[in-house]
Amino acid sequence: MKESLNVFSTDSPAYLRLSAIVGAENILSRPEDLIPYGFDGTAALKESAVCVVLPRTAEVVAGVIRFAAAEKIPVVTRGSGTGLSGGSVPVKGGIVLCLVHLNRILEVDPANLTMLCESGVITKAVDDAALPHGLFYPPDPGSMKISTIGGNVANNSGGLRGLKYGVTRDYVMGIEVVLPSGETAWLGSKCVKDVAGYSMKDLFIGSEGTLGVITKVLLKLVPRPKARRTLLASFDTMEAAARTVSKIIEKQIIPCTLEFLDRKTCASVEAYAKVGLPTEAAAVVLMETDGHASVVEEEAVAMADIARENGAISVEQAADEAHAIRLATARRSAFSALARIRPTTILEDVTVPRSRLVEIVSFVEEVAIRHRLDIATFGHFGDGNVHPTILTDETDHEEMERVHEALSEIVDKTIALGGTITGEHGVGLAKKAFLPRQFDEASYSLLKQVKRAIDPHGLLNPGKIFDLDGADS
Amino acid sequence: MSDPATTRPLKHMGDLDYSVVQQCMHCGMCLPSCPTYLETRQERNSPRGRIALMRAIADGDLEVTREFGEEMYYCLGCLACTTACPAGVDYPQLFEHARAEIEHQGVLFTPGRRFWRWLTLRQIFAKPWMLHAIGRMLWFYQASGLCALVRKSGLLRLLPEYLRNLEPSTPAVRRHFSAALIAELESPKFRKYRVGMLTGCVQDLTFSEVNRDTVEVLLANGCEVITPRDQGCCGSLHAHNGDLDQAVVQAKRIMGQFDLDSLDAIITNAAGCGSHLKHFSNLLKHDPDYADKAVIWDGKVRDISEWLVGIGFRKPEGDSISQKVTYHEACHLCHGQGISRQPREVLRAIPGLDLVELENATHCCGSAGVYNITQPEQAAKLQKEKIACVQRTGATLVATANPGCHLQIQNGIGSMAEVKHPVSLLAEAYRSERSSVSVE
Repeated sequence: MKESLNVFSTDSPAYLRLSAIVGAENILSRPEDLIPYGFDGTAALKESAVCVVLPRTAEVVAGVIRFAAAEKIPVVTRGSGTGLSGGSVPVKGGIVLCLVHLNRILEVDPANLTMLCESGVITKAVDDAALPHGLFYPPDPGSMKISTIGGNVANNSGGLRGLKYGVTRDYVMGIEVVLPSGETAWLGSKCVKDVAGYSMKDLFIGSEGTLGVITKVLLKLVPRPKARRTLLASFDTMEAAARTVSKIIEKQIIPCTLEFLDRKTCASVEAYAKVGLPTEAAAVVLMETDGHASVVEEEAVAMADIARENGAISVEQAADEAHAIRLATARRSAFSALARIRPTTILEDVTVPRSRLVEIVSFVEEVAIRHRLDIATFGHFGDGNVHPTILTDETDHEEMERVHEALSEIVDKTIALGGTITGEHGVGLAKKAFLPRQFDEASYSLLKQVKRAIDPHGLLNPGKIFDLDGADS
Repeated sequence: MSDPATTRPLKHMGDLDYSVVQQCMHCGMCLPSCPTYLETRQERNSPRGRIALMRAIADGDLEVTREFGEEMYYCLGCLACTTACPAGVDYPQLFEHARAEIEHQGVLFTPGRRFWRWLTLRQIFAKPWMLHAIGRMLWFYQASGLCALVRKSGLLRLLPEYLRNLEPSTPAVRRHFSAALIAELESPKFRKYRVGMLTGCVQDLTFSEVNRDTVEVLLANGCEVITPRDQGCCGSLHAHNGDLDQAVVQAKRIMGQFDLDSLDAIITNAAGCGSHLKHFSNLLKHDPDYADKAVIWDGKVRDISEWLVGIGFRKPEGDSISQKVTYHEACHLCHGQGISRQPREVLRAIPGLDLVELENATHCCGSAGVYNITQPEQAAKLQKEKIACVQRTGATLVATANPGCHLQIQNGIGSMAEVKHPVSLLAEAYRSERSSVSVE
């Protein structure tokens, strides 16, 4: 759609039609305005849109989609642009539909333990609004202070509490979504049980903006845990750390958090956050249990014992609630903190069945040596979700070739271990090439059939997750 | 492109190492910390958005345009993003070089703007004698009653609107500047340390008593204090406002006034100066005569509360000030220098003083150097938010360690609370100790 590149001179008929829908003040089209929307949180991916549209209501969103459908201009929806797979990177010459102004919390319903909000609400604001009612919204992706709930739903985001509380999908009871036709659909209900028709909302959760534009979300809330204990155990081998995690789960303790950081990650995070992380140990495991006070106490003691039995050099307990929050916050900054070491930080998101953790972590170490690369690893050990992070420089082409080799090998190993190429970041652009390796032919083609059925003209986020062969996008 | 942009080769941004721009991995962690992003929710008004524009310029994808210039002057330079950034991006350096480039390219040029910049940066704040002369005139204008006369006469209507709005908030200039209050050498009874004292420029004219208090507190803690005459501006004002060339001149000038080897520390009590003074090595790294000396200099500059806590200052006795105080963190102290704990320790050490925490204490008050002059609207919004937070604490005293914040908060809160530097409160406590002893 090259011709659309020139459409947006501010006196063109198309621009005038669009501004009649959203108001000229909500359209950005100058280069200084557009360049900062050319990327998301993913390294080395950049593209330029023809304009950014910032609607204030769901009705206007529908109007923009109808406009784009009529003009055949692709649309990429985004929230705060913190994605880690390039899912919200613009499509060349397309519209960026930015929903940060749809930020109203519409209802907290303590009788049904639900919250209804617009999709641009910040994730942390959701939990903050639940707090006064004694309620809790558990999913806590690393970027929760700025990520939007709509972005979380579109990517089915995870977080540090996945082990016990699950991921975003487990808290979505309903969504309002604008379809590529411009129609608005409501999917789901406040009912705990609801089997009317296909579970359509589940199709949109994690669809990365390729099927519809989520404008409202009905969320499930849970009672806020009364007590919490946070422990920090350090180990001199990665294996000892991984073994401890396996033993904890084997003993049927399901803490909310079992996070792992290797030495390099610890050093970077400590340099930034200064929370007292051990920087000498080969591996550190951050463990957190929450719930009723007596159970929490019991579990904390049991986990500390298991850690010591399995070779922990030290096990420390967070001094108080504030320290515990600082530790978890520090952990959430791991990916960004690693950027201190090298100019480009390429983050992986492979996930394996928990019993195969040691194998994948050891394999990553071996790959790093073989390809002469600097790789730091951290992640959610309790979920089998690890984030090997390659510290490199995108301007060094020779090294980048080795990076791609290494990534490819890590992906193959993951699949061989029965894992998945992405646990919580999504496929987007960054992992698109690897998807066919994981999917068999029938399931890969099913993805495309669904896309064609709902978005026949490839209007929404084309070229993400997979390429639609022969599509008119 | 809507703006005509000049195409001179990059000077200041060209000097920047590309790795400084590349350090930003655009994760977005800075967004919730940025006052201008929170105001507009537009990416270009965010730290990562501004860095993206700088990178586009470095990559040759964008020229230095008027739009870019306006964007970089919409940025407060509060450095909240620096605290928020896990990746350790050196935003202060990016910010200063970008503004310097904007001035070099002249994309914001108007004759009036050029005149004001020349008058302030190259004359008044470059020459200590001129600053003092202006200070004297302002003092006379305010103290003689002329000021009230002018206000009544309606003569102010001749001024452009933004200057007219600003006139009532002009700081009250002190009758005595620092040099009249502080001797060049002051020695304690028992000398443990020898320190140099920076009197600043705005601080010197409008808060000379804070400088005197600083010296007294230093003396009370065994520090011999050397206070060179006619110090002038350290160049912070210049560096933050796109005049890096003059900042270099000012830095060399002020460094020349202190005998570094004989001093344990160089003390500043103004956050905005301190955060600049600690980075002379960066500013002077290409100057073979000054590069090494600047490294030593950086290592010796200390904010007063940082220094006091570092040497284990003596806690005053008695019960001198029984008031509720809250602490506003100056951006260039907490974000620029990472100093948050020490001023609170100073305040907590004062008997009788009840320290209540201020909500969003690290949020900018809108003063931000000359931001309240250049961007009055956004500055007023931030001031309003700050004052609302102060009022919720119920404090009758606000402690803060930067002249800009001091004025901004005092102007906003009026007679409801008094604003003081933490070191002034400590000095007061020491003084009341002495008077109660003499009574006994």
